[in-house]
Amino acid sequence: MVELLQNIIDGLGRGGIYALLALGIAVVFGIMHLLNFAHGELITIPGYLTFWAFNNGFNWWTVVPLIIISAVITSLVIERIAFSRVRGATDFTLLLTSFGIHFIVSALFLVYVSASVQSIPRPSWFADTIAVGQLNLEVFDLLVIGVTIVVLAGTTWLLQRTMFGLALRAAADDFDTARLMGINSDSVIRGAFALSGFLAGVAGIFWLMRAGSVTPSAGLNPMISGVLAALIGGLGSLKGAVLGGLALGMAEVLIRSWLPGGISQLTDGFVFVLIALLFIFRPGGLLSVPSVERV
Amino acid sequence: MLEVRGLTTKYGAISALRDVSLSVGAGEVVGLIGPNGAGKTTLLGSITGLLEKSAGTVTFDGNDITNTAPEKILRSGLALVPEHRRIFADMTIEENLRIGGAVRTAAERAETMEEMYELFPVLGDRRSNAAGFLSGGEAQQLAIARALMSRPRLIMMDEPSLGLAPILVDLVFDLIDQLRDQGRTILVVEQNATRMLSAADRAYVLRSGDVVADGTGRELLERSDLFDTFIGG
Repeated sequence: MVELLQNIIDGLGRGGIYALLALGIAVVFGIMHLLNFAHGELITIPGYLTFWAFNNGFNWWTVVPLIIISAVITSLVIERIAFSRVRGATDFTLLLTSFGIHFIVSALFLVYVSASVQSIPRPSWFADTIAVGQLNLEVFDLLVIGVTIVVLAGTTWLLQRTMFGLALRAAADDFDTARLMGINSDSVIRGAFALSGFLAGVAGIFWLMRAGSVTPSAGLNPMISGVLAALIGGLGSLKGAVLGGLALGMAEVLIRSWLPGGISQLTDGFVFVLIALLFIFRPGGLLSVPSVERV
Repeated sequence: MLEVRGLTTKYGAISALRDVSLSVGAGEVVGLIGPNGAGKTTLLGSITGLLEKSAGTVTFDGNDITNTAPEKILRSGLALVPEHRRIFADMTIEENLRIGGAVRTAAERAETMEEMYELFPVLGDRRSNAAGFLSGGEAQQLAIARALMSRPRLIMMDEPSLGLAPILVDLVFDLIDQLRDQGRTILVVEQNATRMLSAADRAYVLRSGDVVADGTGRELLERSDLFDTFIGG
């Protein structure tokens, strides 16, 4: 029982990061049908900035806003120089464009910085734990869970209560009709990328803290986890993306703890089997968005 | 108020509209009738800027809006009730109306929304319900109210009676009368030719992308030679 609770907290801590990544992917997908394989770059680029900042006397307090701001800017710049040029193209073209961006960014860091691992110091409290009754909880997990809750609540408020959120939802539902209502397509798309960048920035803080390093392909794993989580939840559904992220984090932790010690490296394999099973029974993901037949 | 001159719109090599001209004056209710595939929806899509035009000009209040983006055209005072209503189904009725008034200030939006709930009591009663659960007639009322939320000077409706039960078709035409009495300017695309001609001050008959006749509603109703066109022959 104690172990299960401990695992659940651990799983939520992992899942919270995935949820933030998946939500950012889902927001952009909803609005322009782009499954953004360059989403990880929103961690890679701020990651290198973090590495540079620590070498220049910054600490985590100053690096945190730096990561968020640089992730938002990176997201907007990528939209401007790449995605805005293929707007309205087929989904496949958009997908390939995002792939291209991922490889170009990795290559640039590889060529102009270094192929080697650049280390980022972890915060001093990173491995601290708090004893609650019989539970031994990691401060890091609790922080992730707390921040995720606050960010998700803020995002929900933004989407439900503000005109920008309403415009974003309308445009995701029916882009042309939203334009007919006077909603500016450029602003709503840029807004979606800014929001996506912000969410990736928050996730990136924790990802970089945990990784303790950055490499040219540092964005690959968070991108894969985020895309998987968005697919698990049901692509296009924002609630699904959050749910998918939490489910993925939970599955990883629980499977690892249930597997006998000798084969715990196979966790990812088992997770993928589970995902495959999910898609056999629910091809659209947990909260599949019904493709409304427009007569 | 609205002037369309020599408009041609193509889908690939096929012209959906050929050299179409029409005008709508302030306070008029103008009908645009014709069978399926005559180019009616294409014409409205071209006016709102969603479709690219190959030739011709569109002016609204003397301003050239031929190549203006849809969101800017709405801001200039021209709203469309799209074909098939295109309600935002996942949003509530109130949210749909708020989106309709996105270009207005919060105060104007609140004021117009109250007007809409008065004009369409069925919407007011269920303002926080999801719009996706509305019946066809209710959804049509929402689509019209949503377009009115921007306080347009000209409102265009694309087949507002499409797919509605006869009693609801009456409701739609009553509503057009009511909007006319409020002094609004309306351009309505309809397949229901006789009803439209009775309701309209003037009308244009569109067939295979050409304007084949125009005149007052009464005049056109008496043109027996157009009967085939009306019934979609």
